[in-house]
Amino acid sequence: MMKNEGKKRIWSDYQKEIADDHFFYVRSCIRQSFFPGSEQFFLNLMRKVLGKDVYEDPAHTTCTGIGYHSDIVPAATIMTVVARHFALMKEAGYKNLAVSCVTSFGLYTEILETWKHFPAELEKTREYLFKATGREFDIPENVAHASDIVYSFRDQIAAKAKIKLVNSITGEPLKIVEHIGCHYSKMFPKSGIGGAEFPHVLSGMIDAWGGEVIDYPERRHCCGFGFRQYLVQANRGYSLSNTVKKFNSMKPYKPDMILANCPGCTMFMDKWQYTAKELEGITFGEKGESIPVLTYEELAGLVLGMNPWDLGLQYHMVQSEPLLRKLGVEINASDKYKTKDGKQMPVPQNLINV
Amino acid sequence: MEKQENLYEILMDDIRFEEGLKACMNCGVCTAICPAAEFYDYDPRKIVDTVQRRDNEEINNLLKSDTIWYCGECMSCKTRCPRGNTPGFVIMALRTLSQKLGYFTESEKGRQQFAIKRTVGDNIFKYGYCAATYAVNPDLHPEQGPVWEYILENTDEVFERLGGQLNGTGTGPLRKIPKEALDEIKKIFDVTGGTEFFELIEEHSKRKAAEMGLQFESKGIDNEYFNEVFTCNSGNHNNLESD
Repeated sequence: MMKNEGKKRIWSDYQKEIADDHFFYVRSCIRQSFFPGSEQFFLNLMRKVLGKDVYEDPAHTTCTGIGYHSDIVPAATIMTVVARHFALMKEAGYKNLAVSCVTSFGLYTEILETWKHFPAELEKTREYLFKATGREFDIPENVAHASDIVYSFRDQIAAKAKIKLVNSITGEPLKIVEHIGCHYSKMFPKSGIGGAEFPHVLSGMIDAWGGEVIDYPERRHCCGFGFRQYLVQANRGYSLSNTVKKFNSMKPYKPDMILANCPGCTMFMDKWQYTAKELEGITFGEKGESIPVLTYEELAGLVLGMNPWDLGLQYHMVQSEPLLRKLGVEINASDKYKTKDGKQMPVPQNLINV
Repeated sequence: MEKQENLYEILMDDIRFEEGLKACMNCGVCTAICPAAEFYDYDPRKIVDTVQRRDNEEINNLLKSDTIWYCGECMSCKTRCPRGNTPGFVIMALRTLSQKLGYFTESEKGRQQFAIKRTVGDNIFKYGYCAATYAVNPDLHPEQGPVWEYILENTDEVFERLGGQLNGTGTGPLRKIPKEALDEIKKIFDVTGGTEFFELIEEHSKRKAAEMGLQFESKGIDNEYFNEVFTCNSGNHNNLESD
């Protein structure tokens, strides 16, 4: 009994408050470029399925985070760019920030923490922003990653689910690897659900929707992005090697899919499987297949019965048909590469798992 | 060696350095968890220890070395340090100083800052995004595979079906950032030293290109120096003890 109470107390330190409604949504450079269907489904889920108010401002730009973490953008600059986002939010009358990108989310938490420890930096940022744009800002009342928000509504999504994360042939829960972007909670554990050691943000979704979370030795290892280590071609051995280390570690557990909350991680874990196969002929799934890597928006969409081709699963390098078959999702092959108006597009060649 | 300012004191002006280095006891947990140490000849513990000793000459050597450019800034070290240090923040402060002093061009890995400035840096001013679909060139990114070439050939149709707003006005994925917003971003860079920092990277890189006898253009990526720093890998960086 005592032990349980102690555990509950420790766990309560890692519960974070997530706003229930009225969000100011900030997009991600990577998610909107590689997974535009995911960002749009998040908005549809919030507005149309859950009836929430989410505002988006066309004047919102990059946070410059990729530049900051590849060390070409100074700290004072990114703090002021972020302050401009807060100013747009204030002007639109919102107090709750919903962040699509994990790099941005990490930066928002880092900058807010920095301003607490160094109040002079906050004042300097206010001056810079006013001088550059004439704008003023307030500190957000609530900052959540979009995956935090989906997590907080996971039971409502489960109640509306059309399918469960269960193998429709064997009746067994699907075995799912969850991968949390490093900057979600490794820098500031209390900013993430479950902290850095036991982040629950994705495993909570998997549990609620009927799947089984896989634990494996390199579960918390970085996907290998490493900013400059990927951005510069000469360094990409770092990225690929770290990804392969992770995949070798998860392979014996035979995952049916990987779920990620960081857009970069999702993209890299998809694309590096292609690269490893091309370079070395190695694959990490069962029967020589590769493992589909999905965003949490894509998975929520599938659970709610969305057409996978409206979510954009056909535009991953690793195709998701093996997963869709296990889920018992009807696969309409003729609709896969069609325009919005139903015109046939060319069919891409040499994708994986086809 | 030329007479030098106290580099440790200059580093202390960077809030990330002040926040990132409290008191290292050399336990090495940061190195154990570090993805860079796994594959590069790299040891964050040694870097923090070197800086902590305040030896100006050693810090000077670090600023001119490949070593400070091996970190991937995943910040896994911050979670693990039992003394609340963040070696990743120390690295960020060292990298900033290396560029301010122009020392980054002395190492193969440091010179790559020019390639990042000419890609990500230029994207920020041009598009208002660090990265955008149309700016991910398959020639520079073969790892993106055939699906990426397909998406670039059919971007309008792909984005339209998925609810994108490619280069359109209003809201939506990959909408065109309004000119007024781009102007504000540029003004923020001007006011906060971001523009000056970009110019420093350019200036030192131009000088290095001349020294190396490589063609340099004032814009774009179609020049010998860009190609050299983007692709050159001497192969002398790896941790040969790992598999």
